[in-house]
Amino acid sequence: MAEKVLMKGNEAIAYAAVHAGCRYFFGYPITPQTEIAAYMAKNLPKAGGVFLQAESEIAAINMVYGAAGAGARVMTSSSSPGISLKQEGISYIAGADLPCVIVNIMRAGPGLGGILPSQSDYFQATKGGGHGDYHMIVLAPSTIQEMVDITVEAFDLADKYRMPVMILGDGILGQMMEPIELNIAKTPEIIAKPWATTGTQCKRKKNIINSLNTNAPELEQWNIARQKRYDEVIANEPRAKTDIEGADVIFSAFGTSARICKTAIELLAEKGIKAGLIRPITLFPFPVYAYKDVKKPIIVVEMNHGQMVEDVRLAAPNVRVGFYGRSGGMVPIPADIVDYTLKFINEGLSEIV
Amino acid sequence: MKKIFSKPAALSGETRHYCPGCTHGIIHRIIAEAIDELGILGRTIGIAPVGCAVFAYNYFECDMQEAAHGRAPAVATGIKRVLPESVVFTYQGDGDLAAIGTAETVHAAARGENITVIFVNNCIYGMTGGQMAPTSLIGQVTQTTPYGRTRENQGFPIGICEMIATLEGASFVKRCAADSVTHVKDAKQSIKTAFQRQIDNAGFSIVEVLSTCPTNWGMTPEKALEWLRDSMIPRFPLGSFKE
Amino acid sequence: MEHGILLAGFGGQGILFAGKVLAQTGLICGKNVSWLPSYGPEMRGGTANCNVIISDSEVSSPIVTMPQILVCMNGPSYAKFAESTQKGGYIFVDGAMVGDDELMEPAGEITQVSIPASQMSKLANMVLIGCMVRVSELATWDELEEGLKKAVPARKREMLDANLSALKLGWDFC
Repeated sequence: MAEKVLMKGNEAIAYAAVHAGCRYFFGYPITPQTEIAAYMAKNLPKAGGVFLQAESEIAAINMVYGAAGAGARVMTSSSSPGISLKQEGISYIAGADLPCVIVNIMRAGPGLGGILPSQSDYFQATKGGGHGDYHMIVLAPSTIQEMVDITVEAFDLADKYRMPVMILGDGILGQMMEPIELNIAKTPEIIAKPWATTGTQCKRKKNIINSLNTNAPELEQWNIARQKRYDEVIANEPRAKTDIEGADVIFSAFGTSARICKTAIELLAEKGIKAGLIRPITLFPFPVYAYKDVKKPIIVVEMNHGQMVEDVRLAAPNVRVGFYGRSGGMVPIPADIVDYTLKFINEGLSEIV
Repeated sequence: MKKIFSKPAALSGETRHYCPGCTHGIIHRIIAEAIDELGILGRTIGIAPVGCAVFAYNYFECDMQEAAHGRAPAVATGIKRVLPESVVFTYQGDGDLAAIGTAETVHAAARGENITVIFVNNCIYGMTGGQMAPTSLIGQVTQTTPYGRTRENQGFPIGICEMIATLEGASFVKRCAADSVTHVKDAKQSIKTAFQRQIDNAGFSIVEVLSTCPTNWGMTPEKALEWLRDSMIPRFPLGSFKE
Repeated sequence: MEHGILLAGFGGQGILFAGKVLAQTGLICGKNVSWLPSYGPEMRGGTANCNVIISDSEVSSPIVTMPQILVCMNGPSYAKFAESTQKGGYIFVDGAMVGDDELMEPAGEITQVSIPASQMSKLANMVLIGCMVRVSELATWDELEEGLKKAVPARKREMLDANLSALKLGWDFC
């Protein structure tokens, strides 16, 4: 049997990133993600890489821009307020078609908010965040093992589509420990990056990493080409974990909320109600396919005031969609989800509570 | 026939967009000459700023990256850490380097980041049409200081070289000017020295070049050169701050 | 079978470490486990708590709102969590920190155990979980000992013997 070790979610991401060939990390401390930086500070030098604590999140994301442009597998991580600061750089990275991995271990907002877990950066992560028409691939793990698997995949996806990939976790996933397989099965898919600015060696034409174009028709063509790549992502990459066989009511939730829903499903079963779960793993592209044949009402559970619920309503326009959420670092309690579900079923409740 | 003058290999053939009388072109040329003379074109990576020199990525023949406003030293850091054998330079104006990008500049210097910064100071925001810069002089009239910069309202100009020279990570800090043949020759030599420091892994190097902006200063190119000499140099004295 | 364990006390009493020992023990027993610390400002003093789940099946919610096993190392955490303990569950308190007068009458099916852990050892956290694991039959002594060894990081190896002695004190007390 493969060796299993207990690891914190944050450390698991960092561990997997090193396995994935990430050798450069630029970050800035913020709770509750700092263990990622601490792990990298300790382990990247041993792996022949570089950890650098930047003077700000803004500097860190721009260091990522430079390193990604130079062809490296590179990562930064932060938590909500720090991710807001990185938005400028993320937009430039998207605009210059650079691959990188950005981790957001979400905490409560808005503003300084609080350090406790939250999922209130869903809009920011999936709908843009910074300026301009762009997307990141957004991956939402819900176990520590999945954080490992998704991190390795994140680097591959970033390189394949030349775009930033965000791993969207929350304070609980970052801080909790679960066993992971020490041996990571997935081999990173390292591909050539002939576009990188590595120095011409006077043997090729120069490469330029750039998002600027003052020629409007040309810039539009750049944007169209990028949108075509997004179309490929939408066609090829959406994924969800679905367990809705025979269910009378279906929960939809990502990350920690999905785990809490599972406990609620166990409690509902004791009351004779069969509930199912659709857990999006990619938040962009949103796994619309998973909702296509759903005939039963859906309850979206989030640690925010209703963000993913909009995408679920778009994906499942013909069924009743309810919402239950907590915010500010408060976490939904399974018993409360059960109460809401009973009301939702019995009273036709559909509005946000 | 003997060829006595030619375009440096590090300079592209692209027509530059700078205004008549602007000294950006001269500064581009001396950087390119320095790259040629050091034989480092194939391993040089430049970073263009936001501002008048935003298109610098078109004008050099080395690999180039275009950075967000003020972030060039951070971008340069990322590149240099991945490619420590490369020669990495940023080309930044006063707004980019000394206002929005002050943190990136100061911390790259403090880390002793092994990069070279070419700082073009003309005391004004050029690209956006002539607003006050962090280096604008007391009394200087700009679009956003129509009554002149005052110490009471906008405070004092920043002396970047003076500030950077206090940092242990900085190995070479020098202020030059692009107003005369003598000064231009000195600026070129200084840029060459700065690159050489980087090649020798000595740490952060910065060459500030006082430059003109006839368009936004509202002067003829000739008058602009005079203003540089008479008004800028007294406030921003030329010379070496750290060698 | 799933055990939701809630450990609570002052920051600095080793609540999180005790949780780690339990999680490692669960892993050694071949179970699914999760360990979730309170990571708020209480890390720097104030109250700290830790949720550990040891389960035969996959762990759903890692949050323990109604513990089967509650371990309290101070009065305030007892006052806060005692009532949430599940029927048929266990409460373990450090009797040297929580007076008998502070204890509630345990509901019918809850087993409440008070041991003067912090009088018995400086490592009261180990005393308490030593006792707890034995009474609740969570693991054998060998598994618990192995769990402790896994939980002590290599750089703190010199702490192992003291922790092991305290764990044994608790184990033998019950």
